[in-house]
Amino acid sequence: MFSCLLTLVTPQRLVHLSSTDLFIIVFYFVLVLGIGFYLKRFAKTGEDFFLAGREMTAWVAGLAFVSANLGSLELLGWAGNAYQYGIMAAHWYWIGAIPAMVFLGLVMMPFYYISKTHSVPGYLQLRYGPEASGLSAITFAFMTILMSGVNMYAMAVVMQVVLGWNLHFSIVVSSLTVGVYVAAGGLFSAIFNEVLQFFLIWFGALLIPILGLIETHGWKGMVARIHQNFPGQNFTHLWGPMNSASNNPMGVQWVAIVFGLGASVSMGYWCTDFLVVQRVLSAKDVRSAKLAPIIGSFFKMAVPLIVILPGLLGRAVLPFHLVAANVAQPGQFKYDDVLPLMLARYCGPGLLGLGVTALIAGFMAGMAGNVSAFATVWTYDLYRPFLRKNASDQHYVSMGRWCTIIGLIISIGTAYLVRHFTSMMDYVQALFGFFIAPLFACVVLGMLWKRVTRAGGFLGLLAGVSTSVSIFAMMKLDPQSVGVFCFSPLAQPLAQAMWQALWASLACVTVTVLVTLVTKPRPDAELRGLVYSLTDVPHEEHSSFLRRPFFWGMVALAIFVVLQIIFW
Amino acid sequence: MSEKHHIIPVWFFVGLLLLVYGVVIFANGIIEWSNPPDTVLANLHAPVWWGALLVALGSLFCYLFRPATKT
Repeated sequence: MFSCLLTLVTPQRLVHLSSTDLFIIVFYFVLVLGIGFYLKRFAKTGEDFFLAGREMTAWVAGLAFVSANLGSLELLGWAGNAYQYGIMAAHWYWIGAIPAMVFLGLVMMPFYYISKTHSVPGYLQLRYGPEASGLSAITFAFMTILMSGVNMYAMAVVMQVVLGWNLHFSIVVSSLTVGVYVAAGGLFSAIFNEVLQFFLIWFGALLIPILGLIETHGWKGMVARIHQNFPGQNFTHLWGPMNSASNNPMGVQWVAIVFGLGASVSMGYWCTDFLVVQRVLSAKDVRSAKLAPIIGSFFKMAVPLIVILPGLLGRAVLPFHLVAANVAQPGQFKYDDVLPLMLARYCGPGLLGLGVTALIAGFMAGMAGNVSAFATVWTYDLYRPFLRKNASDQHYVSMGRWCTIIGLIISIGTAYLVRHFTSMMDYVQALFGFFIAPLFACVVLGMLWKRVTRAGGFLGLLAGVSTSVSIFAMMKLDPQSVGVFCFSPLAQPLAQAMWQALWASLACVTVTVLVTLVTKPRPDAELRGLVYSLTDVPHEEHSSFLRRPFFWGMVALAIFVVLQIIFW
Repeated sequence: MSEKHHIIPVWFFVGLLLLVYGVVIFANGIIEWSNPPDTVLANLHAPVWWGALLVALGSLFCYLFRPATKT
């Protein structure tokens, strides 16, 4: 396979791989395929294939939970965004993740787990009925396929920029590998490989900030170099430049970060995106399910070290300036190229292979996460309720395996769509805004307020998604409207996505409440185990505080606050 | 990790990966010691100490979570 790849190289490349590097890459492919075939024997029932038997420990589920989000977007997109916008990009790791992960663990996870649902749309089915569930399942399936395409494209770009490999061939090879191991072992395979990927990414990427900080003589030296290279621009403060949209390169105000990112996009993504929630649903008991996202939150807080810091170091040490993808001329490097460039700067044979393998693992795990979630939602939330209700468990497992393959084939097509957008992250943020933010409003209202009705939930979700799509379209078709929706014409695509998500959430909540007030609620007996006031959630009063998810959730929040103060 | 299925713990596979990579990177670092690659800070010989770290961690994981051990 790799000898074929070597024949497909193009003349332009950042680095040349040695035989050591190739061995490291080949060993990774052999190991993941071997694990996939090994796990195939254990993925026999629906619960095994789609929920990894519900027997994962809190640590395994927690690492898989955070790794499912540590794909191409993290490594390439956010390093590129850190180069473009500075340390403000870390908001997506801190306020854009930590409060939501703790909220998921302490508040929402017990309901997902106790209701024994297979998926987030499955919870909506129980709480609201088939309308909201169907809408959620269809939009989620659509989104996961697009996300899988993003991962494929990102991986192919890395292979092209770093190694000169043919873009199309990289897409096909990676998707074939993912297809084989996920179709074989289901969520078992996906989770095992996400845990492997977690270690690979840390050990493959951590040398960049270590060596970068040695080169710049520490954080202060790096900041001094950035100021020297880009005088008058602020890339190293988190909240300071947020008082006005004109004071930061993102064109965003703190309101959009706190309420758009922290309360809408982040809550939606971490609490209702089934891709990540599915990992926690594989936990062996309620306590593990509550603890897993909180364990993940500690690692999530540290990820800027290997993603944001390399972007900032790129500003400090690279002898040339990177540019936006839409203005890049031949021979110029784009923002998203910063991580491969830094890898090539510091890593020779062996370490380079490890870094490249970490990138490949991140992309492939991202694809695997998307297709395994897609297979679950399609099988349990679309195929079973709407097409074939009473088939055998074996039939649904078989359907899941076929979905994995078909989903990957569709993803290959969608990967090429990404090429027409100026930035991968802008594209993905737009998707989050379409579906995720209103979905969170719909789910959390249903969990916390028993009065919410079936019609209220469905129409609220529909209104949220419609609002999001409409605002996105208006801002793209008429750039003047950016100033209206974002309260500043300077808002960059990431800032626009925050406002779009905020408006979508508000629309969802407003319509849900109004419709609920004029429609008849379901009887309490039908809502037991689904809403807060009618469910007995297990508590841990009798266990040591060191074993309580609540204690560790508070520790995570305290560290989060300290980080905000340090980098204010 | 897996009580129902008796699956080899994922930590063993993590250890195997780190151990193999550590050995390869460490050996490569030793081989290129007198002729380091054309990268920034190559004089620090990062492959040697990074490879050694991977070997140490990989060995520990492989030992603690080897298939014969009940966890």
